[in-house]
Amino acid sequence: MPDSLLPIRIRDLRLSKGDRALLAGINLTIEDPGITVIMGPNGAGKTLLLRCLHGLIKPDRGQITLGPLGPESSRDQQAMVFQHPVLLRRTALQNLAFAAPELARSEPQRLISALAAVHLADRADQPARMLSGGEQQRLALARALLSQPALLLLDEATASLDPASVLVIESLVKAQSAQGTKVILISHDQGQARRLADEIVFISDGQITEQSPADSFFSAPRTPMARAYLAGEILL
Amino acid sequence: MNALAEAFRLIITLDADLFEILWLSIRVSLIALAISAVISLPLGTWLAITRFPGRKFCILVLNALMGMPPVVVGLMVYLLLSRSGPLGWMGLLYTPTAMIIAQVVLITPIIAALSNQVIENLHQEYRDTFYSMGVTGRRAVVAYLVDARYALTTCILAGFGRAIAEVGAVIIVGGNIDHLTRVMTTAIALETSKGNLSLALGLGAVLLALSLLVNALVIGVREYAAKRQYA
Repeated sequence: MPDSLLPIRIRDLRLSKGDRALLAGINLTIEDPGITVIMGPNGAGKTLLLRCLHGLIKPDRGQITLGPLGPESSRDQQAMVFQHPVLLRRTALQNLAFAAPELARSEPQRLISALAAVHLADRADQPARMLSGGEQQRLALARALLSQPALLLLDEATASLDPASVLVIESLVKAQSAQGTKVILISHDQGQARRLADEIVFISDGQITEQSPADSFFSAPRTPMARAYLAGEILL
Repeated sequence: MNALAEAFRLIITLDADLFEILWLSIRVSLIALAISAVISLPLGTWLAITRFPGRKFCILVLNALMGMPPVVVGLMVYLLLSRSGPLGWMGLLYTPTAMIIAQVVLITPIIAALSNQVIENLHQEYRDTFYSMGVTGRRAVVAYLVDARYALTTCILAGFGRAIAEVGAVIIVGGNIDHLTRVMTTAIALETSKGNLSLALGLGAVLLALSLLVNALVIGVREYAAKRQYA
């Protein structure tokens, strides 16, 4: 079981580009294990928030702590799956071996098992970039899970994927969460959020407008923006 | 026409003089290429993935050095290796080693600048993923070199093309000495001035064939990489 990076605390986070605030006054505490889904309209700042958590972007102001650590010092306990997976120009198996070189030396069978878990065992020797979009994303998830991260971040990892791949990814994410990994994922898919989320963070125009347990968010969203979003209205 | 026929005869009869010159040319250029690749590929990669003050100036200088006139390189290496120069005690002037040094100086900026561009593009793609995976330093450099292997092969072949066709620098530091430092390009220049067009044409044909072979290899490597999705 991975060591916990909880609670995750974000205090007074601000990120701007020129005069425009992309994230403004973000305060967020995530204490509970399980799956937190970040929702909100396009351009709301969801990806930026996730990237700040992962240490990929340094905010202009504010503080992020993950347990006793910061985003950079906890990097080896985190893993992130991006919307567009970037795989090395090697075979599927070599991609996993690169991510976990010690494992590849000591327990190579575990790499095959990781491929099997994402239904790619028969693709082990194929160039990773010749796999379909769904297969590439499954491989990216398998790669991310090799390190048994305490925190798994997924940035719209199932957007535009076939249902079979979505099912595999959701199953693995749920299983990983059950093993103690804290999962934070971004999704526009309300069905997916209902299936996976224990908690919803709703973000709009660079600010967190709601943080609720998933059941109460879907049954009684507190803000007009969240209500409109769930009603499928187009938010500009 | 007589000169052309004689040139053809020299090639198909494997004329000893012609093939001695050809072998020396290839040997000098391949050794220079190997040394240059060891220097330039990590240098180009390092410049692509690290950030430090003056980095852009370094890349600017590297790019400018790509167009360095070979005779200037020849002169610099000559001054370095001449008896009164700082490395004169090594006695390398007018030897194949001097020609190798000149070619290394000439093609290193070319391969480094081209590989820098290749790795820079790859770095844009891999940067976030490598950060996320904690891949840094030597491990990142090796990963970039491995993943860009096909594109880098074309950079290296471009360097070889430049080296094998070089005349200005090698004639200054090599001296075009028969059976010692005479390579294809310097021999062509000499034989043409002597009016021995058959040997000059024969060497020219071989040089042209080598150039075509290198270009065919470049295209072949690119197509293979694209087909296998390794591009």
